[in-house]
Amino acid sequence: MLADKDRIFKNLYGLHDSGLKGARARGAWDGTKAILAKGRDAIVNDVKASGLRGRGGAGFPTGLKWSFMPKQLGERPHYLVVNADESEPGTCKDREIMRNDPHLLIEGCLIAGCAMGANAGYIYVRGEFIRERERLQAAIDEAYEAKLIGKNNVHGWDFDLYVHHGAGAYICGEETALLESLEGKKGQPRLKPPFPANVGLYGCPTTVQNVESIAVVPDIMRRGATWFAGIGRPNNTGTKLFCISGHVVKPCNVEDAMGIPLRELLETHAGGVRGGWDNLLAVIPGGSSMPLVPAGADQADTLLMDFDGCRDKKSALGTAGVVVMDKSTDIIRAMTRISYFYKHESCGQCTPCREGMGWMWRVLTRMTEGRAQKREIDMLWEVTTQIEGHTICAFGDGAAWPVQGLLRHFRPEIERRIDQYTRNADAHGAVREAAE
Amino acid sequence: MSVRRLAPPEQQPKEFAFSKDNLAWAKQQIAKYPEGRQQSAVIPLLWRAQEQVGGWLPEAAIRAVAEFLGMAHIRVLEVATFYTMFNLAPVGKVHVQLCGTTPCRLRGADELEKVCRKRIGDQMHVTEDGKFSWVEVECLGACVNAPMVQVGSDYYEDLTAESFGKVLDQFAAGKTPKPGPQIDRQLSAPVGGPTTLTDKSLYSDSKRS
Repeated sequence: MLADKDRIFKNLYGLHDSGLKGARARGAWDGTKAILAKGRDAIVNDVKASGLRGRGGAGFPTGLKWSFMPKQLGERPHYLVVNADESEPGTCKDREIMRNDPHLLIEGCLIAGCAMGANAGYIYVRGEFIRERERLQAAIDEAYEAKLIGKNNVHGWDFDLYVHHGAGAYICGEETALLESLEGKKGQPRLKPPFPANVGLYGCPTTVQNVESIAVVPDIMRRGATWFAGIGRPNNTGTKLFCISGHVVKPCNVEDAMGIPLRELLETHAGGVRGGWDNLLAVIPGGSSMPLVPAGADQADTLLMDFDGCRDKKSALGTAGVVVMDKSTDIIRAMTRISYFYKHESCGQCTPCREGMGWMWRVLTRMTEGRAQKREIDMLWEVTTQIEGHTICAFGDGAAWPVQGLLRHFRPEIERRIDQYTRNADAHGAVREAAE
Repeated sequence: MSVRRLAPPEQQPKEFAFSKDNLAWAKQQIAKYPEGRQQSAVIPLLWRAQEQVGGWLPEAAIRAVAEFLGMAHIRVLEVATFYTMFNLAPVGKVHVQLCGTTPCRLRGADELEKVCRKRIGDQMHVTEDGKFSWVEVECLGACVNAPMVQVGSDYYEDLTAESFGKVLDQFAAGKTPKPGPQIDRQLSAPVGGPTTLTDKSLYSDSKRS
């Protein structure tokens, strides 16, 4: 287990002061000026060397992403946009950062802004997080007051930071949809290229980053890239906030090292699976978009919680929102509900997604009862492959994968239920007389 | 995608105007965005309009915001119908948003739904006294505190049918129940106390607030 001194989010549970004074006592805003004084390239190189990969789902190397921003500031200003539209089912980590450790995020924004030549940043918070938004705004006001950010601040890099909010649309967590929304439009993703690093917010170079990716940067810069890179495995470095929900004894958020085995994670922090490890049916390791991993010796038993570890089990780390399901779960219903989520949240722009989501949900709803033909299982698989990769953004993939996970691992359960339903058709004797 | 329509004409108020305070606030909001990009403020403004009306967004408010920001009416209408937090029909004073996505379902959202149906009725039905309404929403991002509901700006977490009933009782009595976990628990820490961050030397200078 990770030592407490190596944890970044020391106020994860809100037991201490979330204000500037408390944050400073825990090490925030310490030596920020010296960090910025290293210069743009040095900061980007340090972040690259730390091996930090984006914490919002895709796991793209953060330092590399920053280096895509134009080297010289041209006529167009550069923008940093922080994605705090946390809506992936199973994920609730950014909320804790915003309400309990907001100064790490603000300091991270300043450093990231300096590293990409941005003098302004927007934090896009999901609309439902009203209290979190208020906390974050209060912390930003404190930082302005203390001249930590803003024009002519003590750190020598002018940086304005604004909080913006959405109004309930999961798709706005997709970076280009977020930019559209921030520009005051419907959140419908843009075609890429051009990529945001070239044409982003208001047509200017922009980098969009998850809250957690930005909030860990100050600690990486303070403690050194090698410290961060020394935690976890190569290509999967650092610490990570895990959100453990579902059928565990004590659901919780916790920060631990990347690559921690699933079983150890659950048993150390969450009291283990309800009814013991053998009662595990399946786990979704990284938020609802990722395929489930069933129980079993070569599956959940040996699942390592990092990017490569999850990929080895045909899933992905995503946001590290771990949803645990024990043997009492109606797995088809659970996945049908996720499918309904995607039907509800599709932005409607691309036909495969708009039509496919409803189609998959309707078929799965019938399959929950067993009211389906077995050939429809293959047909459902076929449809998921027609959605996956055929849409503007990754939403289509994220909706197809959980269904694929279900079909890959629980086909016998679906067939059993179909059999059960057909058997019931004759269960009470067939009616042989004409009903008159 | 969700299909959303405006409330029928007979429910729509004829006029809408921002209150003086809200007007001043709206001007501040626009200042957050670069010159000529005032359209960016459309969501915050619509949200404030919804709060002013009392929980829903009439057509007149949509027009008023369009005019205020110099946007085409259809563009604002698009935004109002796209984002699901904008209620297009009147809701109760206490509008319960029940999270019904899988992580909450796994931990008993079904029971909470039964409570809603029993005490309030169907979704988006406003009780006769105008006090309560409820709707099932998608993941609210408090999965480790499931099952949960949002009422107004606050989250009520770690609910059971019983504790949820008590929360509703308090609302019915005109009080505001204490938000957050409804069991003995510190925010998102495990029940019984954190398993991490117990090293006191980390907090030598940091006082508990």
